[in-house]
Amino acid sequence: MFYYLRRIFLLVITVALVSVITFAVFQILPGDPVRTMLGTEADETQIENLRNELGLNRPLYQQYFDWIGGLFTGDLGNSIRFSMPVSDLLMERLPVTLSVASMALVIVVLVALPLGIFVARRQNKVSDVVLSSVTQLGMAIPSFWLGMILILYIGMNVDFFRINGYIPWSESIKGALSTLVLPALTIAIPQIAVKFRYVRTAILEQMELDYVRTIRSKGLPEKLIVYKHILKNALIPILTIFGLITAEVVAGTIIVEQVFALPGVGQLLITSISYRDFPLVQGIVMYITITVVLINFIVDMLYSVIDPRIRLR
Amino acid sequence: MEQKEKLLEIKDLRVYFEIAPSRMAKAVDGVSFHLNRGETVALVGESGSGKSVTSLSIMKLLSIPPGKIVSGSIELEGKDLLRLSEKEMRKVRGDDIAMIFQEPMTSLDPVFKIGDQIMESIIHHQRISKKEAKERALELLKLVGIANPEKVIKEYPHQLSGGMRQRVMIAIAMSNNPKVLIADEPTTALDVTVQSQILKLMLKMQDTFNSSILLITHDMGVVAETADRVLVMYAGQIVEEAEVKEVFLNPQHPYTKALLKTMPSLENNVRRLLSIPGNVPPSHQFPKGCRFADRCEFAMDICRDSAPELESVSEGHHVRCYIPFKKGGEAVDKEQRSVTKSF
Repeated sequence: MFYYLRRIFLLVITVALVSVITFAVFQILPGDPVRTMLGTEADETQIENLRNELGLNRPLYQQYFDWIGGLFTGDLGNSIRFSMPVSDLLMERLPVTLSVASMALVIVVLVALPLGIFVARRQNKVSDVVLSSVTQLGMAIPSFWLGMILILYIGMNVDFFRINGYIPWSESIKGALSTLVLPALTIAIPQIAVKFRYVRTAILEQMELDYVRTIRSKGLPEKLIVYKHILKNALIPILTIFGLITAEVVAGTIIVEQVFALPGVGQLLITSISYRDFPLVQGIVMYITITVVLINFIVDMLYSVIDPRIRLR
Repeated sequence: MEQKEKLLEIKDLRVYFEIAPSRMAKAVDGVSFHLNRGETVALVGESGSGKSVTSLSIMKLLSIPPGKIVSGSIELEGKDLLRLSEKEMRKVRGDDIAMIFQEPMTSLDPVFKIGDQIMESIIHHQRISKKEAKERALELLKLVGIANPEKVIKEYPHQLSGGMRQRVMIAIAMSNNPKVLIADEPTTALDVTVQSQILKLMLKMQDTFNSSILLITHDMGVVAETADRVLVMYAGQIVEEAEVKEVFLNPQHPYTKALLKTMPSLENNVRRLLSIPGNVPPSHQFPKGCRFADRCEFAMDICRDSAPELESVSEGHHVRCYIPFKKGGEAVDKEQRSVTKSF
């Protein structure tokens, strides 16, 4: 029980800290949203009026608590650029980003996990060299380049795929897939290339342990040993890796949405930074933070489901 | 003991490890012995003598490579295990031959309940229902002296003490009524008080299931408590083999004598625990003569020139040493007598 309480406490602390940092960073950053909005022609009174109107002249702590209070009610303020509630903008863009991210994640899990187990069971020198080259390649490929390559060679040649824009799921499932699969692959491929080796290492480490020898001495078949015992034990390190992957996938959407012209949160983030649209940027950063922190929280909870020893701590 | 029926017979087993290309470490180098039905045989020696490699070879649990069984046979009731396929061998493991290990703390799977780990083996070999297997698991736990099996069956290994875990390991090992139980240093990692409980339990299990035990240990105290017959191993070879009494009362090989001296005893009146000076020679560069010669206080010239063979000194007592066969070579010194008196 204590374990869960502590996790929840940490979750709250992390979110609070990130909110302070996000808020502070945009106070320090050069560039004034009001001047950006009004252009070079604006005079000082106009600027002063707008600042008052937007509440930018209040003390910083007041602005912060106003904003953070809004987090709980879902009111993140208005976007300076779009003059629309930030939460509305997020709600509009979120489905796109979440679709790409979750699809990428599913692909990574479905490929990297079995691949990692497969290579762990068949290890020899030649395959080791091949595999580490694959990993190096995966680390070296920039995702915007991979995205363009996929557009060029698959998007342009296979009728099914659309190479820009987004069709909502509610409109057509096939349409949504046609716009989402390539971006998801762009995020997933480098992740798979790097992460399946972590899975392999996690499995190989387990194979050396005493309990595996005990199970072998019971005469159980190799498949049962690997998929029941070793896999369950290896899930702890593997889950940690997939926690990291999730964070990277969420971050990966930002660039991929640019390449595939997907109207997601990432695209919104990039444009709103250049407009100094602070409320919007802060809202988006908070969304990313909360997603990542929540996923880590879920991973922590899953640890305790898998490993009974963790519940004690 | 009365009717001596050979259950397990190992002939000229050689297990080498490739430590560098074409450089072989001879971990087990021509070991032959047998195990009668219902008998307890202790395989004794220091670390590095090849005891554990021998036991893992019987189970065919060595990692190959780097290990390699170069020659020999391991016959269980006349069937050579070394000729069995991996699939056939799986039917032997945990069923005909079971094993318990030195480290009860790490030998159980940490993320499965005790009950699952016992039942798994039963279900796999006996093909019975989960419910029956559970009944059997409870029975086994009671048999190995666990007071509240209903509770323990639902617990995880980390919730049990070392002694309890070793009891569970024994329960798992006995779950399919094995003909042979190999116990690799089963008490080394345990408290002294728990040690003798576990040894007694093993002997009780042996009576109940009429199994043979191959007990691997470096502790002569454990040998005295449990074994019928003793094999002393040194540098990959058996250097002495005899009934337990004979080993303690009339040891022939200087190494056996040295091992006996390492046992603490009140009558010995020594303040400090004795140890054998020097180390087991590395198994990739054995000397051409006797492998113990460098550490032997009785070594003669011949010992360094040629290697002695395992020869019989009396019925059932074999020794690999020149000294007992030297004229007037009955080498039992005074000190030794006082040690053996404590039994």
